[in-house]
Amino acid sequence: MLLASETAAASGWFLAHAWLIPVIPAVAFFLIIFFGKRLPRGGSEIGIAAMLASLVIASGTAYQWIHLVGSTEHADAVSKTVTWFEIGSLKVGIGSRIDGLAMMLLFLVAFISTLVQIYSTEYVRGDRRYTHFFASLTLFSAGMLTMVLAPNMVQLILGWEIMGLCSFMLIGHWWEERANSEAALKAFWTVRVGDMGLLVGTGVLLALFGNLDISEINTKAAEFSGNHALLAFAAVALFIACIGKSGQFPLHTWLPDAMAGPTPVSSLLHSSTMVVAGVFLVARLYPVFHTGLDINIVGHHFNLIAIIGGITVLIAAGLAFVQNDIKKVLAYSTVSQLGYMMMGLGVGAWMPAVFHIFTHAFFKCCLFLCAGSVAHTGSHHSFDMKKDMGGLRKKMPITFGTWMISTAALCGVPFFSGFFSKDEIIDSAKGNDYKVFFVVGLIGAFMTTAYMTRATYLTFFGKARGGAAHFVGEHEDHSHEEAHDEGHDKADAHGHDDHHAPVVHGKPLSFAPDDSPWQITVPLMILGALALVAGYLNAAPFKIEKFHEWLHSSIGVEVPEAPKFEWLNAVPSILLVAAGFAVSLLICKAVFGEGNSPLKGLTQRNALLGAGHKFLVNKYYLDTLYEKVIVRSIAHPISAAAYWTNQHILDGIVNGVGKGGKKTGELVYKYIDQGLVDGVVNGSGTTATHAGGALQPVQSGKVNLYGALLFGAAAVGALVLVLVNS
Amino acid sequence: MMLASDIQVAQNIGFGIIAAVMVLAAIRVVTSKNVVHAALSLIAVMAGAAAQYLLLSAEFVAVTQVLVYIGAVMVLFLFGVMLTRAKLGKDVDLDNKGAWAYGAPIALLMLGVMVYVLTKGFKDTKISVSGKGSNVGQNSLLSDKIFSSYALPFWALSFVLLAAVIGAIVLARKD
Amino acid sequence: MLINNFLVLGAVLFCIGVYGVIVRKNAVLVLMSIELILNSVNINLLAFDRLWAESGNNDGSVFALYIIAVAAAEVGVGLALVLLIFRNRKTIALDDLSEMKG
Repeated sequence: MLLASETAAASGWFLAHAWLIPVIPAVAFFLIIFFGKRLPRGGSEIGIAAMLASLVIASGTAYQWIHLVGSTEHADAVSKTVTWFEIGSLKVGIGSRIDGLAMMLLFLVAFISTLVQIYSTEYVRGDRRYTHFFASLTLFSAGMLTMVLAPNMVQLILGWEIMGLCSFMLIGHWWEERANSEAALKAFWTVRVGDMGLLVGTGVLLALFGNLDISEINTKAAEFSGNHALLAFAAVALFIACIGKSGQFPLHTWLPDAMAGPTPVSSLLHSSTMVVAGVFLVARLYPVFHTGLDINIVGHHFNLIAIIGGITVLIAAGLAFVQNDIKKVLAYSTVSQLGYMMMGLGVGAWMPAVFHIFTHAFFKCCLFLCAGSVAHTGSHHSFDMKKDMGGLRKKMPITFGTWMISTAALCGVPFFSGFFSKDEIIDSAKGNDYKVFFVVGLIGAFMTTAYMTRATYLTFFGKARGGAAHFVGEHEDHSHEEAHDEGHDKADAHGHDDHHAPVVHGKPLSFAPDDSPWQITVPLMILGALALVAGYLNAAPFKIEKFHEWLHSSIGVEVPEAPKFEWLNAVPSILLVAAGFAVSLLICKAVFGEGNSPLKGLTQRNALLGAGHKFLVNKYYLDTLYEKVIVRSIAHPISAAAYWTNQHILDGIVNGVGKGGKKTGELVYKYIDQGLVDGVVNGSGTTATHAGGALQPVQSGKVNLYGALLFGAAAVGALVLVLVNS
Repeated sequence: MMLASDIQVAQNIGFGIIAAVMVLAAIRVVTSKNVVHAALSLIAVMAGAAAQYLLLSAEFVAVTQVLVYIGAVMVLFLFGVMLTRAKLGKDVDLDNKGAWAYGAPIALLMLGVMVYVLTKGFKDTKISVSGKGSNVGQNSLLSDKIFSSYALPFWALSFVLLAAVIGAIVLARKD
Repeated sequence: MLINNFLVLGAVLFCIGVYGVIVRKNAVLVLMSIELILNSVNINLLAFDRLWAESGNNDGSVFALYIIAVAAAEVGVGLALVLLIFRNRKTIALDDLSEMKG
């Protein structure tokens, strides 16, 4: 191997040895796989030790980077690569490239992975694939770290794909249940659809710049003067990859299904790894997107990234209202927050968007771990808020407290971390003349508060129901040790997170008598504390701009200065947050409370609201669209289906008007749902049968015939070549 | 070279005889109604191939061919025949009915295309089979190649073999 | 001696093998036909090896050896599969195995 470049040596040990950060967990993965089962703690100790080592080096790297930024005027990325392989004149290296963005994510990933692994030792205790779980978790972190460190596109794709594979393994961890393995497959394939974009985009970048080095791509893209259409094409292709990975509309459907995995996995997936990868890619190659998609050009009020991000903010927040599964609420919340980040990048607010990655990681990780803690201890492994939760706040004070802090941070309540990042995004949208997205951001803030209030109310307030009632009830007499253990014996069919843990609790060490054991509560408290204070690294109201100082050299292009913070500008969003809280609380009390309210059962009585509710419950019919319409229609002539739709839909509408539409809502519901969706589905069925019939004899299932076709085709092909060439 | 080709009459005759045996045996492999006969004919083809390699002065490959193919692979085949309880003697149910009607044209078409291309491409390119070349057929050269330029494929191949061994055991064991 | 002697011999064996793969129904016989195809390739490789041997290039022999090794692995796994099929289905006639029929 050849040493290609070494600018790192002069700048400190940690910066020069940052490559160790992903290598340690990667090595740990193999150690766990091969020796984990023989170790007393099933390999989890290797995983935690590796993540701790990574965390130490990442912290050192962060420290030295900050030092470097402080001591020099303009700090360039510190990179160190060795040549991995050469194709012609193209050298592809592997190594590390540290700048502010990489430093921030390295620290974040290592930190959160460590906490999640500690949490998992309790959460998946006694699982039959305990060792494999830790192995996959460790490799997953290694993949993300590899990607974050990447000095070129090849290593970035490598890390990206490792993560895709590991997410498949982790989501399908309990694959014995069909739903779980299907969710894993769905996650994998949906992301693969986007990954095509990554390959195509990288190819175009290579063609444009003749290089895969990220620094060079960024420099050349920032002062680009060539074929703009080609650069735009590359940017769109790469953005498709980000849509898939970061769960943006319209490929967001895999993320909520990914809740089938164990809760620590959801937590890691949704906070600092996997879904952040897409946002990271946009932030990393920002000049490409900035130039390619015309961001921040006067007179352009829209661009692809901002539009997709804006749509995602709203539709995901809408979906979060109708979920009964606490994890799904959080999943849609993640999708919505990722929409914020994308929107921020789209409106030129690079710094707030990246800062939102940072703050979001802490509070979202904490929220997921809280949900896991509730299910693990309070509701007998059920995640159904309506059936098995409620009234848990007194019994689980630590979980409740950290949940409340994180929720406040997520909603953007002033002085919590989310406020400083989210408000900055919204402000920048206004300042950079993207008025539409300013409004979208405000509506999103309102919706966020409303659905989180609903989730909090259902989980921690009101009357305890189902599993939670059992938990709260049996602890009244303070004989919780035995009762606790009995509770775990009961097989509960509801809730898919039932992981068959054997009863080995004994007397768990815990800070609150009835709350979860320390492995769960300690990470919660750390994350809760950070959810509270992380925002002060870049608190515009207090003129603190540390984060900006450390990261601004990573942007790569000139972006407009963030507008000066004024409390007056923050008033609308604060008011909307308060309004969201109040409205949601009132509705929750009325609908889920004990009193007899006219709002109860409204969705059953009112056709319009019912249709809206059904529309949301069915996730805007996007899944139906993908599975039944798009996938099937590729297999048979689309024109036939279109013709069929024409006839039936047109007829349907004519008939509908004829009858006289008294209830518009009912009409829409009836024809959109029954006419269009069902109709297209049925129609595709019949046409598929006919079209398939013609091609059926070829699919004989006989190996010999396949062989004959293969060799025959080869022979004919060769003959054609010979005839053409002679 | 004219002189060399005159001297190589003996080699040409040898080649012709072996080739004829190989082709006949190969045809018997694909037409025989008896599985054991087909397997034995395949041995003849393999042995013929080994002889051809000797003629091409590739002794090491020839020896490997005998050891691996005739020694190991054919034994495997005979075991396969035995364990799947093939009828000893004639078995009419070995072929797809009527498959020759499209199998033969395809094979002949391929043969036609290939022979045309080969005769056109290599017209009268000659090779010397006299074994007089200084470094022809030296096993040391072969081993140098395997362990230097082709070391990585060699390494990968050992994994393939390992995987095949484990895979075969996993597939074929009884529980 | 003409190189085409060997090349045409290889082509003939290859086509006989193809014919076998298409026509044979018994799985073991199909595997044997595949062996014929692989052997014909080896003959080709060694003929070319001899063509270049004067200049000290013997890559063909290396390839031929590798192909022999791969073929051995292929037969091992292939016959294990056939045995497994036979154990489960009591037959190795390939046209009975048509689960892939569309």
